[in-house]
Amino acid sequence: MMLDAEDPKTAAGKAPEMTEKTLTGTFAGIDVGGTFTDLVYYDSKARGVKLAKVPTTLDNQSKGVLAALDAASVDAAALDLIVHGTTTTTNAVLERQLCKTGLVTTLGFRDVLELGRRTRPHAYGMTGQFRPIIPRDLRLEVPGRMLADGSEYAPLDEDALRAALAGLVDKGCEALVIHFLHSYANPAHELRAREIAREIWPNGNITMGHALISESREFERGVTAAVNASVQPLLRRYVERLADKLSERGYDRDLLVMNGNGGMVSARIVAEEAAKTVMSGPASGVMAAAYTGRRAGIPDLLTYDMGGTSTDVAMIRGADPAVSHEIEIEYAMPIHVPMVDVRTVGAGGGSIARVDAAGLLQVGPDSAGSTPGPICYGKGGTEPTISDANMLLGRLNPERLNTGAGGVSLDTIREAFATKLGGPLGLGAPEAAAAVLKIANAKMADAVRMVSISLGEDPRDFALFAFGGAGPLHACAIARELGVPRVLVPARPGITNALGCIVADLRHDYVATVNKPLDACDMDEVHALFARQVADGRAAIGRERVEIAEEKITHSVEMRFIGQTHLLRVPLPDAAPTRADLQALFEEAYFRRFQVKLPEIRPALVNVNSSVIGRRPEIDLAALIDGSGRKPTLAEAQTGTRQVFFEDWTETPVYWRDHLPLDADLAGPAIVEQMDCTLVLEPGDTATQDADGNLVVTVGERA
Amino acid sequence: MTLDPITLTVIQSGLQQVCDEMDLSFSRAAFSPVIAEANDRSDGIYSAEDGSLIAQGSQGLPVFVGVMQYSTATLIRMIKEGKVVAPKPGDIYIVNDPYLGGTHLMDVRFAMPVWRNGEIFCWLSNTGHWPDTGGAVPGGFSASATSVEQEGLRLPPVRLFKDGELDPEIYAIICSNIRVADQRIGDVKAQAAALYVGEARLTRMLDRYGDDTVREAIGELRSRAAEQMRAQIAQIPPGVYRSTAYIDSDGVVNEPLEIRLAITADGERLSFDFAGSSPPCQGPMNSVIATTLSSVYLAMRHIFPDVPISAGAFEPLTVLRPEGTFLDARYPRPVSGCAAEVSQRIAEAVFAALVEALPGKVSAAPAGSSGNFALGGEVPETGQSYVMYQISGGGYGGYAGGDGISNGCSTIGISKAPPVEIMEQQFPVLYHRYALREGSGGAGAQRGGFGLDYEVEILRGHARASFVMDHGRFGPQGVLGGGDGAVNEVRVTRGGESFTPEHLSKAQDISLAAGDRVRVKTPGGGGYGDPATRDRALVAEDVRLGRYTAEEAEALFGGA
Repeated sequence: MMLDAEDPKTAAGKAPEMTEKTLTGTFAGIDVGGTFTDLVYYDSKARGVKLAKVPTTLDNQSKGVLAALDAASVDAAALDLIVHGTTTTTNAVLERQLCKTGLVTTLGFRDVLELGRRTRPHAYGMTGQFRPIIPRDLRLEVPGRMLADGSEYAPLDEDALRAALAGLVDKGCEALVIHFLHSYANPAHELRAREIAREIWPNGNITMGHALISESREFERGVTAAVNASVQPLLRRYVERLADKLSERGYDRDLLVMNGNGGMVSARIVAEEAAKTVMSGPASGVMAAAYTGRRAGIPDLLTYDMGGTSTDVAMIRGADPAVSHEIEIEYAMPIHVPMVDVRTVGAGGGSIARVDAAGLLQVGPDSAGSTPGPICYGKGGTEPTISDANMLLGRLNPERLNTGAGGVSLDTIREAFATKLGGPLGLGAPEAAAAVLKIANAKMADAVRMVSISLGEDPRDFALFAFGGAGPLHACAIARELGVPRVLVPARPGITNALGCIVADLRHDYVATVNKPLDACDMDEVHALFARQVADGRAAIGRERVEIAEEKITHSVEMRFIGQTHLLRVPLPDAAPTRADLQALFEEAYFRRFQVKLPEIRPALVNVNSSVIGRRPEIDLAALIDGSGRKPTLAEAQTGTRQVFFEDWTETPVYWRDHLPLDADLAGPAIVEQMDCTLVLEPGDTATQDADGNLVVTVGERA
Repeated sequence: MTLDPITLTVIQSGLQQVCDEMDLSFSRAAFSPVIAEANDRSDGIYSAEDGSLIAQGSQGLPVFVGVMQYSTATLIRMIKEGKVVAPKPGDIYIVNDPYLGGTHLMDVRFAMPVWRNGEIFCWLSNTGHWPDTGGAVPGGFSASATSVEQEGLRLPPVRLFKDGELDPEIYAIICSNIRVADQRIGDVKAQAAALYVGEARLTRMLDRYGDDTVREAIGELRSRAAEQMRAQIAQIPPGVYRSTAYIDSDGVVNEPLEIRLAITADGERLSFDFAGSSPPCQGPMNSVIATTLSSVYLAMRHIFPDVPISAGAFEPLTVLRPEGTFLDARYPRPVSGCAAEVSQRIAEAVFAALVEALPGKVSAAPAGSSGNFALGGEVPETGQSYVMYQISGGGYGGYAGGDGISNGCSTIGISKAPPVEIMEQQFPVLYHRYALREGSGGAGAQRGGFGLDYEVEILRGHARASFVMDHGRFGPQGVLGGGDGAVNEVRVTRGGESFTPEHLSKAQDISLAAGDRVRVKTPGGGGYGDPATRDRALVAEDVRLGRYTAEEAEALFGGA
């Protein structure tokens, strides 16, 4: 592939540090979501973009992927690269549609996966269920024991192991987990067991406990390995089938698949660490946000992705999304591999409003989901939801109601708000709908604030990045609640995850545990750990046959005061910190986070982390909105006006996003509509457009 | 001005948010693993007039659901009576006296007024479980203490922070009386910082909505919470509901203690009468009144989780003061077992009384013990002393919607148990098993969950083992025809000989050496409904998964 280093945009000095190289060729990012499969096609030479949105085909996601290519009239044979985000593994885990998987583990410990860490699903209420990821009859024990210091206490009983493996094969297991106590300290038993398993096991679906994460905590490490094994055959089959289908169409390059850490990895090897693809969809949206924010000169973002049933929030500092190694994707389902730290905070467009027993209006947690969905979907929904409130108040275009098959009218919605909410509250239907939005916005703002604070930051130091179908409808109001000064609305909020696929980097994250008092650490050893992590990452990127523009390496440590259990992550400027550097950086970070100084207590160095990132060449986001469609004046981009309820009914101009002139200055109240998304500028808000076609909203004073 | 319902809801979630932020800040900065990992702490907002609860963090330990309002109320009363120095801005009180509205000595409370224009608008208060507050045994759970002095240092309300500064003299007294004192400064600063976080957030809210509006909203929310609780209680047919729950022993006198409960429902109020319960006991299984009340509240919250926690929610609940019983302990009765164990038996009595009246909302009895096993010893190579705590879960009771979960946490807690790998890293021990306790779930149409079965060996040196558990004599009760869960079992193997402690679930300072072992089997949950009506496929499934043997299943559930 040729590089086009002489890109005129670079010469113009735009974001010069990142743009020595610009991506050339044709690329497709295809993201499979719960409802829609989205495609972004980018042609660097023509500076052309094609978009498609087709229904997701749940039974076999590859059908939807091919349909998306067709919908955008993209010839697979002519593509230089396809990057794919899939929910195959996410759905398999959440719906427990898993492959039959067997476990061999240390004698006395087969129930660890079922016992968990002794909790309950909800703080209040003594009910609820938990289903272990591998059933008890497929969890077998083998004598052999390592101690915490890595020494062998009892040798591995190889005869017992062979018998156990044969038993699992007989029971029809397709995948295998080998998970022994303290394998992070000494993996010899797991390695030997794999050797033996390779003789017996009918396929290559073998996961060792220490392979994905080499950290202590047998439940978390075991669940991670079990998730990996039980989705591995599914993912392998899926990507092979998709690759075949694409190859039938003449695509002969590498297919890349998104990982939950926001990086991508070749389809040839993705199934080895299949657990890393769980939650990759939300991660790719955050990567697109980081990319867009960096180009826009707004590198510190809180992402706000509001969909039909829930809202995802993540934090981006300096264009780097926060990554966590300790994500729990549902009750007692920890997956401890590095993932973009995306938190689901509840309310979505389908959240139901009701008056509770105390006579108070509450929004959520119940949701109308997508079936029957909100009343305005016309699919039989009868409970008033956030989406219905938006429709009733004119924030969504009421004309879109007519397209629904059920033929629901605005009157149906008005009636529901009047009787179910307005009556008990003593309010008219529109006032009740406005109240629903006010409460929903306040709650979502609180949820965003909690995410921000739990990551140690004040939300007011960030801009809100609004995407997802409903994000831009609420973002300005929520930003005002939070005291967030600006909202960044990307050119194509509805296909952000697919955009993430084409802007994402190659990425490999490494964690090594030291866990010693800082003053007892051998700093040469620490430096050697960093060096090894970098070497491993470079080798991994070298194996992936993808063009990169720049290599980026970051280092951090996790530390705590001795006696504490929570860790604080401290970013490092380089891979050779002195002991004094670590002490000072940690103390500084601790004070920033807790406003407390503890000179009385010594710190400990717990983890040493490196990320090796292969930055992809730059993509010109300005192409996302076809420049030729833009009108010369704002007036010409206006499609009309309609009555929208803010504090009262207000005649509000409505614009078509693709028609906005590049130098458009907007002032709220205003509505900006586009293919799959509506932005509401509240009274007092103003917005300008940047070169990439982002709208940057300055949130006005509280009305 | 009358408040619109929308502002009311927004202020409601705003107050909740203040508390949740305090909870979060406290655990993240705390040193004590009991606070940081197990979330054994709670934060709340309390009225300036009488200390009644305005809002409490949703991530607080359930046992504190009502307790801090008594602590704050007592403090306010003592200030009014001149028994405690009145506060000035910047002052924070510390108190852990169980008899002044507390639990046990390890739960240390901080309280700070929020000042507006020179007046106290409300109080912020939090409580955190310190790993040690002195006394006979490390950690404070002395199973054979006979007076509170043996349990640790008792602090009346004193101003630990004055004008924003830690008082070094009081702090020095505390540090001289507790173990591992050098790390406590981290917890003290974290606990105070959580109050400051709350103050800052609440101040922003008051500035935005106005003091009067917020005050009016608090009053209105209180009466609406009461209304909401009354609406829930209306589901309970009027009548008297009785139950009994037992504690194995008080740890000193080997006889069971009895909790007798009669709940009277009149359609909108519930009255709880513990008359006839056992008299105060010699050992540490006494409960102070605040803990008794709190246990009733937390049980009701488990039953009606949608009612927000505030003083209003408690209004329709009347608890008659159980004078003369072990549920209303007075100085100097020892009380270390009240928060962890007695509270759970009280909750169990509430569940048992109401399960027939509220069949869809209440489960059969859960294991209901914190399963406290403490091992104190010395690492021979370094001479360093250690205290290891193993807390453990047990089976939950079956309920109308399904079987109880296995290895659930204590009724009054939400904390995680430590991983075996971490225990073996930190202490010279080896776990031989950490397994599902087969056969332990009480039979029922919906069976109880299964307990835990673990065995620990001392690898090096000497150590002393103490236990504070329960349900060793009687298993968690089954209901509506369901069978009881298996009883708690402790088995010590010392010098090749095995024995069970005299008090079954409680013992102190059993000395052990390398090679000795302790095996603990925790209770299963009670069964719900007639076992003979259990879905045959589920019975077969349990046998297939080895949860019951075929013979056990036959005996418990009848032939297929």
